[in-house]
Parts: sequence; structure tokens; C-alpha cells
Amino acid sequence: MTYDTAIIGAGVMGCSTALHLARAGMRVALLDRGAICREASGVNAGTLTMQMTRAALIPYALRAHEMWTRMAEWADGGHVRAVACPGLSVAFTEHEAAMLEQRATARRAAGAPIELVSPARAREIEPGLSDRVILAGHCPIDGFTSAYLTGRAYRGALVSAGVDIHENRAVRGVDRVGGAFTLDTAAGPLAARRIVLAGGVWLEGMAAWLGVHLPIKVLINQLVVTERIAPVMRTVLGVASGLLSLKQYENGSVLIGGGWQGIGDRARGGIGVKADNFIGNVRLAAHTVPALREARVVRAWLGLEAETADALPAIGPIPGVDGAWIIGSVHSGYTSGPYMGRLLAQAITGGEPELPLFPIDRLLARHAA
Amino acid sequence: MIWDIAVLGAGPAGMAASAEAARHGARVMLLEESPAPGGQVYRASPAGFTVPRDADGRAGDALRAALAESGAKLRTGCRVWGLGGGPLVPEGAPAAPFRLDALDAEGTPFTAEARALVLCPGTTERVIPFPGWTTPGVLGLAAATILLKSAGVLPGRRAVVSGAGPLLYAVAAKLLKAGCEVAAVVDLASAAEWARALPALAARPDLLAQGAAWRARLLRARVPVLAAHSVVAAEGGEAVARVRVAPVSGGAERVFDCDTLLVGHGLSPATEATRAFRAAHRYAPESGGWVPVTDADGRTSVVRLYVAGDGAGVRGAAAAPAGGRLAALAALRDLGLITASEHDTTRAAPMRDHASAARAGAAMARVMAIRPALVAAIPRDCVVCRCEGVTRAEIEHALDDGAEDMNQLKQFTRCGMGPCQGRVCGEAAAELVAARVGGRERAGFATGRLPLRPVPMAALLGEFDYADIPVPAPAPL
Repeated sequence: MTYDTAIIGAGVMGCSTALHLARAGMRVALLDRGAICREASGVNAGTLTMQMTRAALIPYALRAHEMWTRMAEWADGGHVRAVACPGLSVAFTEHEAAMLEQRATARRAAGAPIELVSPARAREIEPGLSDRVILAGHCPIDGFTSAYLTGRAYRGALVSAGVDIHENRAVRGVDRVGGAFTLDTAAGPLAARRIVLAGGVWLEGMAAWLGVHLPIKVLINQLVVTERIAPVMRTVLGVASGLLSLKQYENGSVLIGGGWQGIGDRARGGIGVKADNFIGNVRLAAHTVPALREARVVRAWLGLEAETADALPAIGPIPGVDGAWIIGSVHSGYTSGPYMGRLLAQAITGGEPELPLFPIDRLLARHAA
Repeated sequence: MIWDIAVLGAGPAGMAASAEAARHGARVMLLEESPAPGGQVYRASPAGFTVPRDADGRAGDALRAALAESGAKLRTGCRVWGLGGGPLVPEGAPAAPFRLDALDAEGTPFTAEARALVLCPGTTERVIPFPGWTTPGVLGLAAATILLKSAGVLPGRRAVVSGAGPLLYAVAAKLLKAGCEVAAVVDLASAAEWARALPALAARPDLLAQGAAWRARLLRARVPVLAAHSVVAAEGGEAVARVRVAPVSGGAERVFDCDTLLVGHGLSPATEATRAFRAAHRYAPESGGWVPVTDADGRTSVVRLYVAGDGAGVRGAAAAPAGGRLAALAALRDLGLITASEHDTTRAAPMRDHASAARAGAAMARVMAIRPALVAAIPRDCVVCRCEGVTRAEIEHALDDGAEDMNQLKQFTRCGMGPCQGRVCGEAAAELVAARVGGRERAGFATGRLPLRPVPMAALLGEFDYADIPVPAPAPL
């Protein structure tokens, strides 16, 4: 049997693409070397914020924000406990205030309804906020999910859309014979007319199967969570530089992220917390919400994030290989993920995507063989 | 300063390892969470409590004395939360010294670095959930032992003692001696299982005599001892008031009134640290569960990382000091602090001692091995993960939804995400996964995560200026 499309990588990008292709009538296989959404898509901070999203991605993120918050409606009841709430990005120094103004202006121009507010106004919106804040960007469209539920949330919808999910089935290579692709796996070959590479930080190796050299940088993001504590905050908080994300879940635990780097790599995954970065990250969090000082840290972990040379996404056809597509390296990719998959599915099924894709030609030019 | 050897855990294995290494001239740092060295079996009394000395107390005192004379640096009351270095370095970098981040007894942070690390983490008591297991008044056998041994405090006035292994009888006998009424001893093991363990105990007349004395005390007090029975439920409102028990093979229930239920279904090696270092593990139910893969000297798959005592596989306190000495000698050898021939000479005696003591320990570990039938009997509405309130039904539902291993189960349900990090629920949850996916190896274990213990943010933060936070370069706009 030959699938219409085989998608390699069952993170949020792959799941979303698979779902929309199957709903458009395609016979779809979704493969992953591990379990569904067990890498970055299941371990990220679940932030749905515009104020950490790259300006160029704001239109996408706004649409994805709505998808996340209404996921149950389009995912057969599957959901990630998305919470919509306001967000604040704060500055503690004049230098950060200037950065905040510049960034808020660019993001507002891209469609994010961000306004700069005084410290007093910021503390009305977020009473837990430190009194050392000198300026804040306020965006009423913000929120967060429980990212660890992502795989479970997508799975039911994928199954009922008819997607064949092949977990724990690593693809070792791809052959293109005639008009079709053959995926080499330990459990035997799998044939498909089209393929979509959706492998996160492992995209570089996947592109190489097709003779394409696409350099992908790997970020090893550390995350920290506290024990359940009494409510100390009610918004999503960040800092002007983007190096903090902070939110309190309904169960009382506070998640601290922001992309501080740990130890790891593509081959081994995230293997170790960098103690100095761990302490730096929680200091920044406690500087922003002083009540966190009373909490206990219960767990830290790592997630791998992919980044292209220009830190903009790789979404579109793979040049020179008919029927091969790629999706990934979307900065704050979890936030925009559900929408990006829908766009790519629109293109694969021959339609015009609602918003432009991010073709990778620009990333290959300097490296063309 | 970089220590030659850091030892984590001052039970019998850790005390012996530290003393052995220090005697050979190594600079040794021994870190312990409790206020005093001793571990569970040889636990010392806290200041202000006086407990009569028994054989365990004397054995512990001997190990403590040897440790004190050895020159090893001991730090008690410290909470090690961070592990790093060793293999946990960036790609291509050489192995680093091991790094331990800890809070001392006053809560002040400190860091210790060492060229080799000997882990002596001991075990976690396994409790397989049953209705009412989270009711106040239900305690672990190990917790009861701590109360009795170190503080001379009774957990209640009338106790039901249940579970598996020698601790059952030790606790029951100690309770009687201390003036607590014992309503019943409910033993998962059958008489035949105990009989099978006897040959291995033949070389340990001291243990046999001790066991016989415990049994005799129970007999004299006319305590019902129910073999091959388990607790069906602990009942009562605010606190446990009665316990229902039944034969494990099914049959008529009996009810015992009590104000405390002491329960322990065996011991599992504490693998938090070896998992954090990504050492290789194997599933060995006869040794308590997942154990780090080691050679005969306690070397793990990670260079210069060693494990000794029950943390390497349950073999009992008597075997632990020899295991600790072997690991210390291996570390000394690997660091080049003793020669190959010195190593050959010095390891012969502990190797022999360990083999001899481990035989009895292994027999006891088999009696304490996990019993899948007990897990199968957990009712659907019973809470399995008490930190997060996850029931068996929710676990089964997540398995229906495609969770196939412990990490995915954790994500789908939050089982094991709470303050205990799966130490309490992990064994039962893993059996439930294993029953679906075909074994514990396939079910796997949750990836090791720091901190090893919940750590107060205030201690980590200290006093700091905003300008001193090393905030990285801004993310791209």
C-alpha cells in the first residue's frame, strides 16, 4: 500500500499537518522514532504569548492562539487545558525599557494589540508583580497550555481522521524511486507519494537524506517548576529580552522558562541542568514575582528547540525534490504550531495558503552543493 | 578544592566506603541527609532521645567509630539537590569532575566537586496502593522503624502490621516490646515462601535466631499472624479505625480494629541519582526493581561513578559495608591512588564478606519482590499517585489513549510529577503500564530529573542584585 503522504516526526507540526491532510481526504502515515509529542512539543513551557513571538510570526501566532484555546472544537474533544489571560512583558532598567518600546512597536505593527503601561497599571493587571518594574508591555491576548497533554490531545483526533500513527518507528533514510518515496524503517519499508519532514532539531539529518544541506542550530532550553503554592500571579509574565516566561497553573504550580540553556545536543537530547543557569533563571523569576521566594522547586528538565540561520521558520516545499515538504524551526514554534500545520496542509493539497509559507530556498543558497 | 571521592549517603555502605577510601589516603567527602550517619538500619538517635542499644545499634556504632577515625570529611543534615559533571558535559568535552549542589544543615547552599562519586542511596519502601492507604494513621514499615528506633516513639496504641519481608516481624516485635498492642501481622508471603528462604539463611544463625525471637514474642502475645494475606482496605474517617484483610488467593475477610496500619510491600533501590547521570539500568525484581548495571566492584556504566549497598540491588545492611569497601577500592584503583596489586590484595576480603552476607540478603529481597497480583487488585477508583491524585482508572484511561511507557504516562496523567517525583507511586504505576505493554523493561522508568529533593527557592536565590543575574543575549525580534 502506498500512502498519499508520510509525515516523519509526530510533534505538534507533524500532528497538525497530518490531521489537516487526512481531513482533506488523504491517506496519511505519521511516523516517529519515539512516542507522539514526547520531545519539544510535550516538554516546552506551553506559553501562548505574543510578546515572545518574532514580529514576523505574530499573524500566525494570533490565529494559533485561537486554535489552542478552542482545540476541543476542532480536535474531537482533545485539549491541552489552554488558558487565555493577559500577558505582561516587563523592564527593570532603562535599557530594557528602550528594548521593550522597540519590540512592542514592531509587534504592534504586526498585529499584536500590545500597549505600554505604567508600573502602577501593570500591578493592577498583575498584583503579584515586583515594584521594581519601570515599564511593561501589556497584551490582552496571551495565555498558556499544559504542553505535556499535547500528544494525548492530538491522538484521538488523528485516529478518528484515519491517520495511521506509527510510534517507535524510526526512519533511517528515504529513497525516491519513480514518483514515490520509500521510507526505510526497522519494521520494514513504508511507501508514500509525498513526504513531510517534521523532525524538529533532527531536521538537518532528515534533509540530508534528500541531499539537501539545511543547517539547524540546537537550543537546549531549561525549564523549572515549583510545587503547588497559593495563587501568586494571574497573567503570563515575561521580560523585555524574552528570557523569562512565567505562569501559574490552576493546580498552583508555577512554571519558569525563558530559554536559559542547559547541557545536551541532538544526539543525546537534553542531559543536564546547568546549575548556574538554573539559579539565574529562578532569580530572574523571583525578581519579577517576589512571592516565588517562598516556593520550593520540584523539578527541572530540558527541551530541544530548533533554529535556522535567520531564526525564521522552514516551512514549504523542498527545492528540487518533488513531493517532499518540510515544516519546523518555528521560533516559539509551539505557540504557532497548530496553525502552521494547517497552512502547510493547504499548500500540499494544492490550495493557496491563507498566509505565506516560509520556503527554505533562502537558507540553502549559500550552501548549495 | 576537588575531592578525590565524594560519597552520597552515610548508611552502612557509605560509612564503610568513606572510611576505606580515607584510610588509603584519599580526600573523601561524605554527604548525608540525616542529622547523623547510620542509615535506616543503623540509625542514630537525634539529640535529646535515648534509645536502648541493641545489636543494630552496636554495629552502627562500630561503623560510625571507624568513619570518625578514618579522616573522611562528613557533612550531615545536608540536602543534595543537584548533580552534574561526570558525563553531563557538552558534546565533545572531556568528562568533568562530579559536581554536587547541596544545602547544608542551616539551609546555606554549597557545592562539592570530586573526581569520583560513590552513590549509597539505599532504598525506597514500596507501598502498593489499596483503598484507604492515604488515610492518616497509615504509615510505612520504614517510617515506623524510624520512629521506634531513633526516637522511641510509638506510631499508635493498637497496630496492624502488614506487607512483606523481615521488617514486618521486626516492627511487630519492637512494637510489642515498646508497649504497643499488635492486632495482627498480615504477611503477603506464605509459609512455603519463608521455608524456601531458609537454606540461604543457614549461614546466618544470628539472623535465624533473631527471626525466631521475633516470632516467639508474637506467639507469646497471641498476636494473629496471617500468612499469605493482604490488606484489602483501611477504613475510618479522619484516621484509620479498622483494617480489612483477606487471603491473597481470595476468601473470607477478617476485620481488625486499630489506630495505625503499618505497611510495606518491600524495598526498591533508590535510582534517582544513577538515572540523573544516565547510567545503564536493568530490571531485576529479585533485587527490588530497577538497579544500575554494575560490575562486581560497584562500577556503573558511567566512568568513575559507583554504587554500593541496597541502592545497587537489595542485599541488606549486613552486606552493605563490604559493598561499600569494594566500591571505594575500585574508585581508588581507577583514580590511580592504589596499584593493581594493592587492589587485588585488598578486595579479596570484602569480596568474600559480601558474597556471604549477600546470600541471606538476596533471599530476603526475593520475599520482598514486587507481587504483580497485588497491583492487579488495585480498585479502579483507588488513588495511585497521591501527590497528583491520579487514580488507577485515570492511568488505565491514559493507557487506552496510547501511553506506552512511564514517561508518556507521566505526561498524559501527571502521575509522578508531584513533590515525591514518583518515588511512592512509581512501582505500582509501572506495573500497571507493564501489564499492558508486556513487561517492566518496555514500561521503562521516568527520566531522572533534578532536583533530587524539593529545594526551597529562597535558599537557591540567596541575596542578589538584578545586575548580577547573567541574563543571556536577547531572543531575536
